[in-house]
Amino acid sequence: MAKDKMSGSDILLKALDEQGVTDIFGYPGGAVLPIYDSIFQQTKIRHVLVRQEGGAVHAAEGYSRSTGKVGVVLVTSGPGATNAVTGLTDALMDSVPIVCLTGQVPTHLIGNDAFQEADTTGITRPCTKHNYLVKSVEDLARVVHEAFYVARSGRPGPVVIDLPKDVLMALGDYTQKSKVEVRSYKPRIKGDLALIEAAVQAIANSKRPIIYAGGGVVNSGPSASQLLTQFVKLTGAPCTLTLMGLGAFPASEKQYLGMVGMHGTYEANLAMHDADVMVCIGARFDDRVTGRLDAFAPRALKIHVDIDPSSINKNVQVDIPIVGDVGHVLEDMIKVWRSTQAKTDKSALNGWWSEIAKWRSVDCLKFAQDGDIIKPQYAIQRLYELTKKDERDVYISTEVGQHQMWAAQYFGFEKPNRWMTSGGLGTMGYGLPAAMGVQVAHPDALCIDIAGEASYLMNMQELSTIKQYRLPVKSFILNNFYMGMVRQWQELLHGGRYSESYMSSLPDFKKLAESFGMVGLQATKPSEVDEVINEMIKTDNAVICDIHVDQSENCFPMIPSGAAHNEMLLGPNDKAEKPVSEEGMVLV
Amino acid sequence: MSVPTSEAKNHTIAVLVDNEPGVLARVIGLFSGRGFNIESLTVAQTDYQNALSRITIVTTGTPMIIAQIKSQLHRLVPVHDVSDLTMDGESVERELALVKVSGVGETRVESLRIADVFRARVVDSTNKSFVFEIVGQSSKVDAFIKLMQPLGLIDVSRTGIAAISRGADAMDPVG
Repeated sequence: MAKDKMSGSDILLKALDEQGVTDIFGYPGGAVLPIYDSIFQQTKIRHVLVRQEGGAVHAAEGYSRSTGKVGVVLVTSGPGATNAVTGLTDALMDSVPIVCLTGQVPTHLIGNDAFQEADTTGITRPCTKHNYLVKSVEDLARVVHEAFYVARSGRPGPVVIDLPKDVLMALGDYTQKSKVEVRSYKPRIKGDLALIEAAVQAIANSKRPIIYAGGGVVNSGPSASQLLTQFVKLTGAPCTLTLMGLGAFPASEKQYLGMVGMHGTYEANLAMHDADVMVCIGARFDDRVTGRLDAFAPRALKIHVDIDPSSINKNVQVDIPIVGDVGHVLEDMIKVWRSTQAKTDKSALNGWWSEIAKWRSVDCLKFAQDGDIIKPQYAIQRLYELTKKDERDVYISTEVGQHQMWAAQYFGFEKPNRWMTSGGLGTMGYGLPAAMGVQVAHPDALCIDIAGEASYLMNMQELSTIKQYRLPVKSFILNNFYMGMVRQWQELLHGGRYSESYMSSLPDFKKLAESFGMVGLQATKPSEVDEVINEMIKTDNAVICDIHVDQSENCFPMIPSGAAHNEMLLGPNDKAEKPVSEEGMVLV
Repeated sequence: MSVPTSEAKNHTIAVLVDNEPGVLARVIGLFSGRGFNIESLTVAQTDYQNALSRITIVTTGTPMIIAQIKSQLHRLVPVHDVSDLTMDGESVERELALVKVSGVGETRVESLRIADVFRARVVDSTNKSFVFEIVGQSSKVDAFIKLMQPLGLIDVSRTGIAAISRGADAMDPVG
């Protein structure tokens, strides 16, 4: 036996180290015991022990989205891998780079229905960007390096590496990162210059332009957000962001119209509908954004910048498709704009902005905080105002539902990577583990999970992890005793028959916090909200805030399913006039 | 700029992939998961040196769907190259079928006669059966099988379509 031979699990850890990995989220089990033994005998990589594998993937997602690094997950075979499936699907939908290491039964038992065996590569094939089953220890290091390359390049996504136990225990040679060359999969980075020139010219000639940007800008790195801001200012055009894109353009900028889509602002959606040139940057014309497709931006010439060619012309036919990395394309667009001395028509643009000003004056996000019941919008607004002045970096994660939309509407983001939410898959239970992952990456930051009480119950086992690692994660629960968004749709579409959407038998969240040695706070009246938030901010420990909010409040404005951008409902009084169509009823 | 409502059309798509476990499942899963059709599918290793296989898929869709299928295929990690043989210039397509016909007397002779017209070869024979090998475009194979039906057709095995572009250009193994 040659001296430099290493065990598979040591090769794995060496490869992770060479890839710059410092933190792993995981849960041990029989098939991965060799890896845990190797982890025990080293100090470079920190392992965070979660309480359920689903939590590990969401934590890695939060870690990744807030740092731009690849998130790493380690789970055992069988149930460990199947529990990770929701998180993997979530990461696939939201383009989050994750490498998930799954244990597997030894190669000679694969296919024998062995204990804790699952066909992990089979199960995860449709919910990963790519997956590998490592059958020989000599392939291990190469596969790890390839997996990181695949996870982070092009449109990022989750990659699974399935590791049979005998491979982890076998002795083999290490392959360095620099020696690994991926044979296929070389995504295009630079955009086609002729198309970029055509796009610049179309924007310069437009009278009612709109820039609509999404998560691709965030994924492209912080410089892409700066370039976007620069480009928006150069053109003088209004800018709107998708749910995934929040923070890619500063919310406080005058040219920002707020979020677009189903619960986006009135001005953003009407500007999308009436635009003559639409520039979609790193977004994918998702059904939450477009509303009814045949009425989507009917007069706009559409320009689409995306690193993933399959996102182009998928839902909406575009006129100028530019395949490339958003950052590189924006850089070239700015260069071309400057070198051709492009100018938008000032007077036309002024007219467009005065139309937008009219829509803005509707003040679609207004609400009245009167009476003794806390409005959820008010709670978020106060959370935003009171954390704005904090000198720490503020990171927000959310669960899924009404609170998520209110957070997107009322919390302003100035920078990318500060907003963690499950956009594509809509995974309840995402927020708490995601906030935990963010806090691991940014120990000194203020990390807040804006939650609903129903979602919170889906992954609250992670409170135990939060306690173990003394992570000062804050949970800000808007408690309306309902699955709020389900209740809202039942009210709007199903005659107010609130079937199974009431949350009875909730825990006492204050006591729940205390039982984990955390601080529990509660607000039931508007006058208590500021006090609770201030107390939460200044507490070093983890905090759970139980904010009792209006049970019947609905999330507006809203584009009902099957409706177009210009058929938005502004509030409860609007809905009687615009009943949802039968085609709309079948949509989710 | 409305959604185009052009008609669905057959396309033959060739895909050059790494010959590794699961690669066919990836391609098929992409079609079933996204609701695309597969009319015919052929796969075999074609480049032993580089361990590459070639998959030939016949599918149907509007131009927008076909474009989507091609870009979805292209972003699979083991895929090196995707070529739309229906769109990208001229191509030749062939299919091979083994057709078993059972009969005696006049019908048996008749099946031989038709096989001769179609230039099908006899690859197996007993006193009461033939296995014919027929090569050609799918429409020719269809026609032959149809004619064999009344003459005692009992079994058919078809390869699916193999296709290649005309001229000197090749698919790109580098991708």
